Amino acid sequence: MNDRTTTLDATQKLHFYQKGTFTVGNRLVSDQQRAVQASIDRSNALTCGHRACQGCGEALGARYAMDAAMRATGGNVIAVNATGCLEVFTTPYPETSWQTPWLHSLFGNAAAVATGVAAAMRVKGRPEVRAIAQGGDGGTTDIGFGCLSGMFERNDDVLYICYDNEAYMNTGVQRSSATPPAARTATTPAMGPEPGNVFGTGKSVPKIAVAHGIPYVATATVADLHDLERKVMKAMGIHGARYLHIHVPCPLGWGSASQDTIRLARLAVECGLFPVFEAEHGVVTGSRKIRRQVPVAEYLQPQRRFAHLFSSDAGKNRIAHLQAIADRNIAEYHLLDAEGEA
Amino acid sequence: MLKQIEGSRAMAEAIGLCRPEVICAYPITPQTHIVEGLGEMVRTGEISKCEFINVESEFAALSVAIGASAAGARAYTATASQGLLYMAEAVYNASGLGLPIVMTLGNRAIGAPINIWNDHSDAMAVADSGWMQLFAETNQEAADLHIQAFRLAEELSMPVMVCVDGFILTHAVERVDIPEQADVDAYLPPYEPVQVLDPQDPISIGAMVGPEAFTEVRYLQHYKQTLALRLIPEYAAAFKKQFGRDSGGLLRSYRCEDAELIVVAMGSVNGTIKDTIDEMRADGLSVGLVTLVSFRPFPTAALREKLVRALNVVVIEKSLAVGMGGPLANNVDLALRNVAGAPQVHSVIAGLGGRPITKTSLHRVLRGAFVQPWEGSHFLDLNEKIVAKELHYVRKVRRSGPTAENLLRRLGQAEKAAV
Amino acid sequence: MTHPFAISLDVGTSLANLTGSWRTSRPVYVDRLPPCNHVCPAGENIQGWLYHAESGDYETAWRTLTTDNPLPAVMGRVCYHPCENACNRAQLDEAVGINSVERFLGDVAIRNGWRFAQPPSATGKRVLVVGAGPSGLSAAYQLRRMGHAVEIHEAGPFAGGMMRFGIPKYRLPRDVLDAEISRIVDLGVGIKLNSKVDRIVESMQAGGFDAAFLAVGAHIGKRSYIPAGSAAKILDAVSLLRSMEGEEQPLLGRRVVVYGGGNTALDAARTAKRLGATEAIIVYRRTRDRMPAHDFEVEEALQEGIMMKWLSTIKRMDEGVLTVEKMQLDSTGFPQPTGEFETLETDSLVLALGQDVDLSLLDGVPGLEIKDGTVQVAANMMTGYPGIFAGGDMVPSERTVTVAIGHGKKAARHIDAWLHGAAYAPSSAHELASFDKLNTWYYADAPKTVRPMLEVARRQSTFEEVQGGLDETNALYEARRCLSCGNCFECDNCYGVCPDNAVIKLGPGKRFQFNYDYCKGCGVCAQECPCGAIRMVPEEI
Repeated sequence: MNDRTTTLDATQKLHFYQKGTFTVGNRLVSDQQRAVQASIDRSNALTCGHRACQGCGEALGARYAMDAAMRATGGNVIAVNATGCLEVFTTPYPETSWQTPWLHSLFGNAAAVATGVAAAMRVKGRPEVRAIAQGGDGGTTDIGFGCLSGMFERNDDVLYICYDNEAYMNTGVQRSSATPPAARTATTPAMGPEPGNVFGTGKSVPKIAVAHGIPYVATATVADLHDLERKVMKAMGIHGARYLHIHVPCPLGWGSASQDTIRLARLAVECGLFPVFEAEHGVVTGSRKIRRQVPVAEYLQPQRRFAHLFSSDAGKNRIAHLQAIADRNIAEYHLLDAEGEA
Repeated sequence: MLKQIEGSRAMAEAIGLCRPEVICAYPITPQTHIVEGLGEMVRTGEISKCEFINVESEFAALSVAIGASAAGARAYTATASQGLLYMAEAVYNASGLGLPIVMTLGNRAIGAPINIWNDHSDAMAVADSGWMQLFAETNQEAADLHIQAFRLAEELSMPVMVCVDGFILTHAVERVDIPEQADVDAYLPPYEPVQVLDPQDPISIGAMVGPEAFTEVRYLQHYKQTLALRLIPEYAAAFKKQFGRDSGGLLRSYRCEDAELIVVAMGSVNGTIKDTIDEMRADGLSVGLVTLVSFRPFPTAALREKLVRALNVVVIEKSLAVGMGGPLANNVDLALRNVAGAPQVHSVIAGLGGRPITKTSLHRVLRGAFVQPWEGSHFLDLNEKIVAKELHYVRKVRRSGPTAENLLRRLGQAEKAAV
Repeated sequence: MTHPFAISLDVGTSLANLTGSWRTSRPVYVDRLPPCNHVCPAGENIQGWLYHAESGDYETAWRTLTTDNPLPAVMGRVCYHPCENACNRAQLDEAVGINSVERFLGDVAIRNGWRFAQPPSATGKRVLVVGAGPSGLSAAYQLRRMGHAVEIHEAGPFAGGMMRFGIPKYRLPRDVLDAEISRIVDLGVGIKLNSKVDRIVESMQAGGFDAAFLAVGAHIGKRSYIPAGSAAKILDAVSLLRSMEGEEQPLLGRRVVVYGGGNTALDAARTAKRLGATEAIIVYRRTRDRMPAHDFEVEEALQEGIMMKWLSTIKRMDEGVLTVEKMQLDSTGFPQPTGEFETLETDSLVLALGQDVDLSLLDGVPGLEIKDGTVQVAANMMTGYPGIFAGGDMVPSERTVTVAIGHGKKAARHIDAWLHGAAYAPSSAHELASFDKLNTWYYADAPKTVRPMLEVARRQSTFEEVQGGLDETNALYEARRCLSCGNCFECDNCYGVCPDNAVIKLGPGKRFQFNYDYCKGCGVCAQECPCGAIRMVPEEI
């Protein structure tokens, strides 16, 4: 029962758009305050007719990122794509669903090819045309790691975007170094004494990118469009090597319902397993606070790739380990505000 | 302008005159002096409007070139041997995408065992990748071929590899005529891409092509290379007109008019062979030489025309297809396939891993060919004693150890014994 | 630009791939019924008018509201807001302050002098409305809007019914009431005051009325038998409150006891306090939680110093003294006498034991069914006599102003249909927009505004309005807390979250359309729609 005896609190915060603060757009606010995705004029860098699975998080993430980049640069973007789901489902001859200039070379060289594109634009006297490299977690954390590091070290003017769905999805859901511990994949099946992926040392490419000291590193998620767009826009305002790591659920590979893509991405953030943060020149500058914290089990439960954890005591133990990882992230990146509010 | 100049440096200057826009550099013996030279020239401004990028691997080097070329810039890189293999995926990618990248291949043996000296095994490894391959005989030709290569690549939208023998050409200091910028500009127009990444006119390059169209794509690539059979001589002729000397072309012949025995070879060894032929001719032996410049596209018809009237053909090559024999000899067979009364083809494998090919040895094998042509591949100057010892040892001892080390040890023992 | 075969592809080529063929279920936009709309006895389109209020378009909001209810300034003060009790937002943080926004809109309309649109051409039909209370006024308003000629016959000297004679001034200032009544009169509704209808059928025939709507209310205070001395001052609450409208203030003395536990009892007690009583005590036979009165009113009363005597019944009254028997609840919750008595010094006793209807105007009318002192009506609000409809407190009802207004509107629709020889069939209700259909993540955290309250001291001594209204910033804030349950509010979520770019944005005010050529039926749109305005339906394969 609310207190009806106090006079009106003058410091009461008035959110004039509280109905739609977290939505893509809002009829009550100006176009500038809405996301790029809300605009009827958005580029749709990735348009209809592509062959992604229903509910594909990567298709969503790619359009989000590319449209924001297009907005930031006035349409002056060239995209270089690594081999993977994104490349395969967007450009099967004779159909392409890209509306921007786009190049696919190989699996592990997107960062290097983008370097070449950026160099060409500079030498041709068109420095306003910016190069973006895109790759999945396989093409980034594993096979593309050498080229990525080289690009970072040279501080080439490339924004590298990694769409992380935590496995080699395009070839049939095999484990990558981004696959979370305990997850089932085709090469880490849910069998034997320790079903699913191992609890290794983990490989955080965002952290490695930060260690390279490049101008801008950020993690983002399809569950927070405004944050993702802000980071892309910010990145495009910077020259030099930039890295953006976007978490994108894969219904097929994760064994989740197609409509749960954004919900799962949200839960990953809210439980702490996917920390959303930014860094510049080797220093973490901020993080997105958890709004309504949930235990990791709530995030794991709707995914069949973790189903084996819920049917045994050993599994429960491993859930506890995952919770510990989440708790460490929360501590490290200060994901829970001191006051406990977003 | 005539200069007394290291081969690598001469090439660098010729490449610089071609106004490259993006140069990717990764070091590997024996091409390193080329990219070092280019790097200096970019720094001093001798080459202007050019981005010189030090990359972290050969794979990155060609990848950067791919990106640059697809975005409309004239791109160049250089490699050899192991580096070429490391970028092998990108080699096929560049030709598959039809990007006119020019790359210098400082021909070097491929390990294991690791070996930094010259042979043609690296070029052979990617001969079927869709790149054009031109082999230089001299430092002059090495420089000149690069200029022709850019024009050829950009006209056909297909990458070109200029093969230069490692150390022999790259590190030798010789007199080379470095062309004038104006002549090169007249010969080589600015790069006009067939397809380009441009926000004003977007396209998607690099689609996934399935069974329904893949064959056609490959056929068109193959067809394009056959067009080069006409363009290469045309551009060589134009080169002569502009620069006043013969250079390049598909092949050239030396004293073949009435030859009973014709030698076929690529690269720098042709110089030694010509000297040998002169001496043999002086002794009344009817022998001639065809120097193959263009290995890809393979000039089947032109070569056939040169060889068809001979009795015997000896192919001398610095390459070995392990388990088969001489790959160049195999290609030469193609020129004589189904030809009635064609000469016999004999294969010589020589100079592997940089072993010098001497006139003495050439005399021995060519004169021997007149007397008793052999079957299969003849390994020039093979140390049969050591080989026999090794084979015997291996038959006796199961854990016989690594071959290379064993041979080296035996060689060492033999030397000691000789002293 | 021509380009190499197969390796390179032109923009737009993927549009040939109609991925809509993949679907096994398709999303459709639906309009679901928000719980506030669903429970509003007046049938207001609450979500609808909050939608306009949010963007500051108060006039459109007010016009949307008054389509169903002509008295928002009144309702914003007296309605018990079942809408707020049903509001889905309560499950998030707190219910939207719908009532306060309604009051704001009503006050803004009065301040700006907004008028109702004049009705279309006359139908030629005449309808008699008996009683100018909320039910009668509502029916008259709706009938007039439909083009009928309407005349209200009101027995009392003023229009307003219980709004004027039952609800104290401190809850409903009279100038507000007058403003909203006069707006209805301006539409062309004639009100004949001091015109009690004695016999309904005769009155209809005399006035040439084609139909009648009876809304006489329940103005007779119930009395129970209490032994009393001749000088004991006993009156009923209804009369007391009615008499407040007159020139002379009633004299109740210093100590006033009110017998009863409903809202009327509280109104009477609080009125007594304001009239100068030092002690105003409510005597109720059960406990606080059993009181029919709304708890917030009990709270307000307690704050004003009203005392409560629970578990007590009145045995007898003599001059200045009241004898009270203590009760105790038995196992079934019924109060049972304990045999223990006490006395209270009392100057006057006010009985608030319920109200009866004066049904005399229906004497002799055939076909009617009277039960429990109220007239029975069918689903179309018609009594057993064709052409005579009834509503408000005189028919079985919850006896609130809002219910009365709802009856008036409903009856008007049926009367209109009946006059045309047809039957009014209300459209079937949409599916309910229950809380589980929402995706509440997208609503920012925003606790409810607090309405300003008059300080207690002033409340006790004057009849100034106790509860203040919202100013514009707060009203806007409050309106924007509405989740728009079940109704698209153009948040662009579906347009943004479709991985296949298969939602077409039609423009402001025009919502969206699914591009079924490409929609793969993944369901992300339905999942991420904050207000549950998208449903997935299976495809017919």
